[in-house]
Amino acid sequence: MAIKDTKKSKLIYTLAAWSVSGMIFFPILWTIITSFKTESEAISASPSLFMFDWTLENYAEVLSRSPYFDHFMNSVVISLGASLLGLLIAIPAAWSMAFVQTKRTKNLLMWMLSTKMLPPVGVLIPIYLLFRDFGLLDTRIGLVIVMTLINLPIMVWMLYTYFREIPNEILEAARMDGAGIKQEIFQVLLPIALPGIASTLLLNVILAWNEAFWTLILTAANAAPLTAFIASYSSPEGLFYAKLSAASVMAVVPILILGWFSQKQLVRGLSFGAVK
Amino acid sequence: MATTQSRTLAKIMLFPSVSLLLAWMIVPLCMTLYFSVLDYNLLMPGDNEFIGFLNYEFFLTDPAFIESFFNTLLLVGGVLFITICGGIGLAVLLDQAIWGRNYVRIMVLAPFFVMPTVSALVWKNMFMNPVNGLFAHFAEFIGVTPIDFFAELPLLSIIIIVSWQWLPFAALILLTAIQSLDREQLEAADLDGAGPWSKFVYIVLPHLSRAVTAVILIETIFLLSIFAEILVTTSGGPGYSSTNITYLIYTQSLLQFDVGGGSAGGIVAVVIANIVAIFLMRLIGKNLEG
Amino acid sequence: MLKKLSLIIASALSINAAAQAETITIATVNNGDMITMKSLSSEFEKQHPDIDLKWVTLEENILRQRVTTDVATSGGQYDVMTIGTYEVPIWGKQGWLTELNGLGDDYDIDDLLPAIRSGLSVNDKLYAAPFYGESSMVMYRTDLMEKAGLEMPKAPTWSFIKKAAAAMTDKDAGVYGICLRGKAGWGENIALLTSMSNSFGARWFDENWKPQFDSKAWKDTLEYYVDVMERYGPPGASANGFNENLALFQTGKCGMWIDATVAGGFVTNEKDSEVADKVGFALAPDNGLGKRGNWLWAWTLAIPSSSKKTDAAMKFISWATSKGYSNLVADKKGWANVPPGTRTSLYENDAYLEAAPFAQITLDSINSADPKNPTVEPVPYVGIQFVAIPEFQGIGTAVGQQFSAALTGRMTVDQALQSSQRLVERAMRKARYPK
Repeated sequence: MAIKDTKKSKLIYTLAAWSVSGMIFFPILWTIITSFKTESEAISASPSLFMFDWTLENYAEVLSRSPYFDHFMNSVVISLGASLLGLLIAIPAAWSMAFVQTKRTKNLLMWMLSTKMLPPVGVLIPIYLLFRDFGLLDTRIGLVIVMTLINLPIMVWMLYTYFREIPNEILEAARMDGAGIKQEIFQVLLPIALPGIASTLLLNVILAWNEAFWTLILTAANAAPLTAFIASYSSPEGLFYAKLSAASVMAVVPILILGWFSQKQLVRGLSFGAVK
Repeated sequence: MATTQSRTLAKIMLFPSVSLLLAWMIVPLCMTLYFSVLDYNLLMPGDNEFIGFLNYEFFLTDPAFIESFFNTLLLVGGVLFITICGGIGLAVLLDQAIWGRNYVRIMVLAPFFVMPTVSALVWKNMFMNPVNGLFAHFAEFIGVTPIDFFAELPLLSIIIIVSWQWLPFAALILLTAIQSLDREQLEAADLDGAGPWSKFVYIVLPHLSRAVTAVILIETIFLLSIFAEILVTTSGGPGYSSTNITYLIYTQSLLQFDVGGGSAGGIVAVVIANIVAIFLMRLIGKNLEG
Repeated sequence: MLKKLSLIIASALSINAAAQAETITIATVNNGDMITMKSLSSEFEKQHPDIDLKWVTLEENILRQRVTTDVATSGGQYDVMTIGTYEVPIWGKQGWLTELNGLGDDYDIDDLLPAIRSGLSVNDKLYAAPFYGESSMVMYRTDLMEKAGLEMPKAPTWSFIKKAAAAMTDKDAGVYGICLRGKAGWGENIALLTSMSNSFGARWFDENWKPQFDSKAWKDTLEYYVDVMERYGPPGASANGFNENLALFQTGKCGMWIDATVAGGFVTNEKDSEVADKVGFALAPDNGLGKRGNWLWAWTLAIPSSSKKTDAAMKFISWATSKGYSNLVADKKGWANVPPGTRTSLYENDAYLEAAPFAQITLDSINSADPKNPTVEPVPYVGIQFVAIPEFQGIGTAVGQQFSAALTGRMTVDQALQSSQRLVERAMRKARYPK
């Protein structure tokens, strides 16, 4: 840009960036702060940012009421499981679509994306009946299957756009060196495509973690993930804002931590073919 | 480079995902189609007799249908507009040299990680509540009557909440796109005496078009079936002013366990979504390839 | 000899098998009393070491969705379900619930409050055991009434309520004469408005299942409601359900609040309520037509007929709704926290009456409620604040939306009533009433 990297412009931009991002982050910050307030403090007419009696009672209450760690483990298993399974299926699909272009590739991609357009409310009962008949209700496996299928189109598409950027020359060079298809994929393609694969994995973990429709309908006590944990705090009788905040913090913090450590990956990988 | 061998292999590799998606789509779709022509209410086990298009007729002649259709379009359009404009702005800002970039980035990304139900509840209770919410306190502070968001501006309130959730996603993709911009082009424009605004319009924006297309496509898919936020805040009201097609299906059918009606509604929603998709593809599809 | 040995071994093994724990899955609502029950359930497990309890706690609407879907498709995911007086008549008739005839000898089934017991029985068979019962009543600020120079009668009329609301309102000081539910939903504003309408002489359907929203009685009800809320109610009322109004009352912003009797415990709780010692109670208002505006609701425990663990489930239900359980809660949490509204014996207990100043009004309200004859004129349905037909959830919520819109001023009262009439007519036609 024309503006030189002077200290002054850096300061201005830093201030601007921090204020904007602060505003965006504020609701979350407010939730975290509220989780440490008492219930009456949480709805008080003059809310304060720091000056109040900090308390851990909400966290204690939430932990004693619900099996947080069971829910947590379910969320982890389901999100991770669905994303890994999805990768297993999506990588071959994306490879073939990226490197063996046919006329139908684009249409195929569009069709895959369109399967996501069927609103879940419309297929609620059919899926429920299917799951009941196959004994998949309230099982982690059942949810892993659903989560994989829901996000498969997105995974295929992300990987496809990423693979398409890998220059053919690298693969051809490998082929000239006598590499077979398997070696081509495992030793040449995957290492190069790792960033894209990683960010696809991450995005899907996030999407599966937050999915709040099927995870509520198809689970009962055994496979219920954190979304069900939150649903038990949404609008009970009596005051609940502080407890809800505590529960929300406990549900969101794991994924926030994951996001913190993987932000570079996410930024690098979500290019969608915009990288020249 | 596509030898016959690799062509066959390609087909084999494609097979699992395509067949799975096919099954995932076809089986529920067929069941839904089947149920949609039955008089099937879960709470009244009867003979579930065949009633032809009655369910469809009922759904489409609902006075709320037209309103929800337009609400759906407004919802999707509104969120797209805010997230793309905001996303571009954020992306440009985040691209600059600043201190504490990691922290700024995670703060911007954070809303995307929060569950939709939690976001909606937080916005509803802590911000938009006209008596106890922060917006109300702020309004009183500057001496104006607080706005009753969910009563006076229900659809807009939902748009705000959903945009907040999706802004990070758009910003992220657009940031990546900006970071891949060829600096030489910009420097060349500098030498030609171009100001920052014209550089932005003539160089940066066109470069972003592919990323914007990607954002539009993915967000539209998710935005067409916004549900949790409406359920938790306005429940589609007042009247039908914040009901979209997905929510209409819920209230018309699922709330009373009318599986036949709900299935008909689902089919209608699929048809609408596919029309929107074809329309979108015509409009921006070229940007995806090339 | 070998045969005898193998027989002995086999029986020893089967005894072992019987001694293994049986797990029952319990689905409950996330309100205070159920949460207490969950925390005290270790007592049950101590008494019955062969039964393991697994819990699913959800918000009311989501719970209802899941439990209904499960019971109607025989999904078999739950052994004990928490359902309300709305579901029991419908499901009992369908044969989806197991009759509760194994509750034990010392259960004392005649101790159950008659109104509630009749609401949970079909053909005199009990299909669900009440865990907690409620009606609705008026809660008012004794200090504000004194300031306004008025005295609240034990059984006020709606016109008195309007007068009192006007006298207590001081919008500049942030005090609103009356807080009422406005949030749309069949269990939210419609529960209140339907009960109100009963006392105005209105009904949802006549004997031929024709909707009655074009009647003068409904017009009177809705006009009163909108008028009183506009002039003396808090802003944003159309989003206020039970919780929001509770918060308002506890922070001193309401002069009166007409809502569930269970709120009595919350508003007099010194820990959460700023006005704990300034609350009075009265019966729900009427118009002198013979029906008061109070409703009847109970959360109950029932066993779906698809459950295979009926014995264990019935043991649990018997424990959770017994007199022994009330004593247990009183021990651990005090008498004010005992789940109210189910047994006559509770209301004859002095310790309870002392700890709960709202107990008498609660009992009177529940006893005066008659779900089989809820309205002034005859109706083909049961239910006071709801109509016990499966379609009610949908039409109740849709009408609730119209009324909510009238409250915000988006529609006039007449428009709201007209659109309610139309949409209910449509829905009933589709469901093919009269049947």
